[in-house]
Amino acid sequence: MSATATAHMDDHAHDDHGHHHHKETFITKYIFSQDHKMISKQYLITGLIMGFIGIAMSLLFRMQLAWPGKSFPIFEAVLGKWAPDGVMDADIYLALVTIHGTIMVFFVLTAGLSGTFSNLLIPLQIGARDMASGFLNMVSYWLFFLSSLIMVISLFVEAGPASAGWTIYPPLSALPQAQAGSGAGMTLWLVSMAIFIASSLLGSLNYVVTVLNLRTKGMSMTRLPLTIWAFFITAIIGIVSFPVLLSAALLLIMDRSFGTSFFLSDIFIQGEVLHYQGGSPVLFEHLFWFLGHPEVYIVLLPALGITSEVIATNARKPIFGYRAMVASILAIAFLSTIVWGHHMFVSGMNPFLGSVFTFTTLLIAIPSAVKAFNYITTLWKGNLQLNPAMLFSIGLVSTFITGGLTGIILGDSTLDINVHDTYFVVAHFHLVMGISALYGLFAGVYHWFPKMFQGRMMNKNLGYVHFWITAICAYGVFFPMHFIGMAGLPRRYYENTAFPMFDELNDVNVVITIFALIAGAAQLIFVYNFISSIFYGKRGPKNPWKSNTLEWTAEMEHIHGNWDGPIPHVHRWAYDYSKTREDGEYVIPGQDFAPQHIPLQEGEEEAHH
Amino acid sequence: MTALLTLIVLILVGIAIWQMTKIFELSQVKSDNSQVANDKDNNLNGYLMFGFLVFIYLLTIYSFWKWGHVVLGTPASEHGKDVDQLMFISMVLIFIVQTITQALLHYFAFKYRGQKGKKALFYADNDKLEFIWTIIPVVVLAGLILYGLYTWTNIMDINDEDDPLVVELYAQQFNWKARYGGADNVLGDANVRFLQDFDGKNLVGIDASDPNGMDDVVTTTEIHLPVGRKINFKMRSQDVLHSAYMPHFRAQMNCVPGMITQFSFTPTITTKEMRLDPKIADKVLRTNQIRAEKSKELIAKGEESLEPWEFDYILLCNKICGKSHYNMQIKIIVETEEEFNKWMSEQQTFKQTIAAE
Repeated sequence: MSATATAHMDDHAHDDHGHHHHKETFITKYIFSQDHKMISKQYLITGLIMGFIGIAMSLLFRMQLAWPGKSFPIFEAVLGKWAPDGVMDADIYLALVTIHGTIMVFFVLTAGLSGTFSNLLIPLQIGARDMASGFLNMVSYWLFFLSSLIMVISLFVEAGPASAGWTIYPPLSALPQAQAGSGAGMTLWLVSMAIFIASSLLGSLNYVVTVLNLRTKGMSMTRLPLTIWAFFITAIIGIVSFPVLLSAALLLIMDRSFGTSFFLSDIFIQGEVLHYQGGSPVLFEHLFWFLGHPEVYIVLLPALGITSEVIATNARKPIFGYRAMVASILAIAFLSTIVWGHHMFVSGMNPFLGSVFTFTTLLIAIPSAVKAFNYITTLWKGNLQLNPAMLFSIGLVSTFITGGLTGIILGDSTLDINVHDTYFVVAHFHLVMGISALYGLFAGVYHWFPKMFQGRMMNKNLGYVHFWITAICAYGVFFPMHFIGMAGLPRRYYENTAFPMFDELNDVNVVITIFALIAGAAQLIFVYNFISSIFYGKRGPKNPWKSNTLEWTAEMEHIHGNWDGPIPHVHRWAYDYSKTREDGEYVIPGQDFAPQHIPLQEGEEEAHH
Repeated sequence: MTALLTLIVLILVGIAIWQMTKIFELSQVKSDNSQVANDKDNNLNGYLMFGFLVFIYLLTIYSFWKWGHVVLGTPASEHGKDVDQLMFISMVLIFIVQTITQALLHYFAFKYRGQKGKKALFYADNDKLEFIWTIIPVVVLAGLILYGLYTWTNIMDINDEDDPLVVELYAQQFNWKARYGGADNVLGDANVRFLQDFDGKNLVGIDASDPNGMDDVVTTTEIHLPVGRKINFKMRSQDVLHSAYMPHFRAQMNCVPGMITQFSFTPTITTKEMRLDPKIADKVLRTNQIRAEKSKELIAKGEESLEPWEFDYILLCNKICGKSHYNMQIKIIVETEEEFNKWMSEQQTFKQTIAAE
């Protein structure tokens, strides 16, 4: 009796029955919204627009690489004075490479991917009415928007945007004498990134607090869907490492504008000796990569989380080795903060440090391998529903393996000596974090589109075409790239014609560019599908993928507070797919899934995971 | 012309996409109009998954057949052999793992493609299995780590044993210079603050008050190295980061302003010998064919033709350093001790340079 009473009290304390209808104006609903669902859509759409810019840039410089010095009307049209007579200028080539990297890594794959899905899924999957602080969440988005805006504005600066590479190593990035792009363009880049970091920190703190405090009754940490684990740990890595990048950016701003010498020493340029003394560019490299490397996992972990969820749902099987998956996420997160030195094997730092970083770097292959094996085993003896999201998830596992394996070479200091900063590296990281994370983003969009847009679904046939063209082109672009890297071709070369030893690589570059152009065009299918589905997409059932997680119990129409009635309680983990009783019948007869809010059935035992 | 071709390609791609969408649509005979995959979709995409596996394998084989020979050939330094050996072992390992895992992944995606009414196996974990595939990478990686670290420590152990020749590589936007220690094989002190001394004739900023620097020799056109003698390189930069990359010697080290970095290797093959190396000879042949064809086009356009290429070792910049980063290079000539000494005797020392009018 007392037990039921307590339970009842608990219920009551937990759920604010019904939700309060606020009078919402256009501005509070669509622009300065504090609702996590709207914010997630804002993140997604801003991220996709930035992605469009970033990918378009890559197509431009790929054309220059395949047909060096050739005149293209499109160059003149897009680049204007930077492409006199349609021939791309060397400075703008470096600017395109730099901004492509910056936009794709930070604006698309950090904010566009993690920002979108952390916002959408954390409250919905843990059973919360919204983020811990809706206001900070809104501020976080608008800071992101502001930083995107500044980054885009920096493209139109008189002397050109930042062009010192996305890693902006000083002194190149610190001295306008060294490079035109290191003037106002770099100032805007730094301002934009500083704001971006503030946005990212506000977002991450919110995610962590929400996951820790707002889980619904019964949602223990070990019952969390792997998506939430991934977002949660990603947020923690972000909180640990982004401030270090902020400090690097601030010190660089001081070196540039206030004459300090944190990163600069003994410099003679344009006929004069500069006053800087005692700083070290290697220090900047340490600070940059202390974020830069975890950043790779900030990008990748959410994609892996999404994949775990999508693969389990569509395989109609529990994810294999849930605990091992969580442990891998934790191990990857921990190791990711102590491997940054593998970007610096030949930077001039003490070779002993190189040994340490080789050791920690190769260790990270272990949890990564465990994850890959677990995904493959999840497919085994499944009943795979090959929806577009599922295809992208399988594609992710494929590129994650292909790209991850070459990490064994790059992480080995001995082997890195000769492939460092060549196209081998470009091939490696594009496959393992670029393409993989993009696949994660696409998988997430196809899978949760109905949740974002009131039950509307994206067209699956366009989705299939999008996937297959992208999948073939991604390998077509990045597989041959390993060969030109092994031939010693350095990255960030405007053209390779100055070296006869690279002449025979031009054919490969043409192949790569053609694949890249087709892949770029294929993304337009996605754009079309995305936009038309927002307005004309067919409404599917409330739980179209027959998924177990809580977001599919929430109302299809977006309401503030997510659930019209009380928040559902959780009685099981998220992966009771195809669970059977002893007599071979599903635990819920006729239905191959048992959602998290369904209590254990009679005689059913909770899965030991 | 190009614009037209691009347009045609774009149109064809568009048509291909339209047709593919149609195929997907037609494959759903009993159109249920739902956007959730049905058996037909599962079947089609399952087969495509299998096809994709074939594609990955074919792409791999094709790439090796077509481009396998472009990779750097015979290493020209002593430690280069160790690097290539480790690279070979790692590559073999990678290809084994890649072949197996991709096969499993795509084959499972094909084999277990969904079917209405089919039951998936509730299979949540298996400690033994997970232990096995954790311990195998652990052991393999431990081997690789130990092997790699052993090689790395040997390469990076830069000492004065075996009478090494000291050579400074000096980087600036956008060229390389090299400085030799001269008769005493000791580099004089240097700093960017001395660059303007002697009307700019002090090319790398040698400190004129340091007697060790007076016999130093600076070269700006090509770097000469004696074969078979250990070379200790000291790298400097006067402006931004550069990276001294000598791919044929499997050597690379960044040049950092305000700091002297170092790398050491022993060249084992002279430039002349390397030109006779079958792989290099082949590469030169192929490259000169390409250059000859390009020259024809250039001449037709009334431009200068390309010179045929003769193989040379090269030092190139491999850290983004500004506008002309893509053309920051210097030739390296490895020759016999006698040839080297002869070349050296023809060079001006720093003392001679600053004395000259």
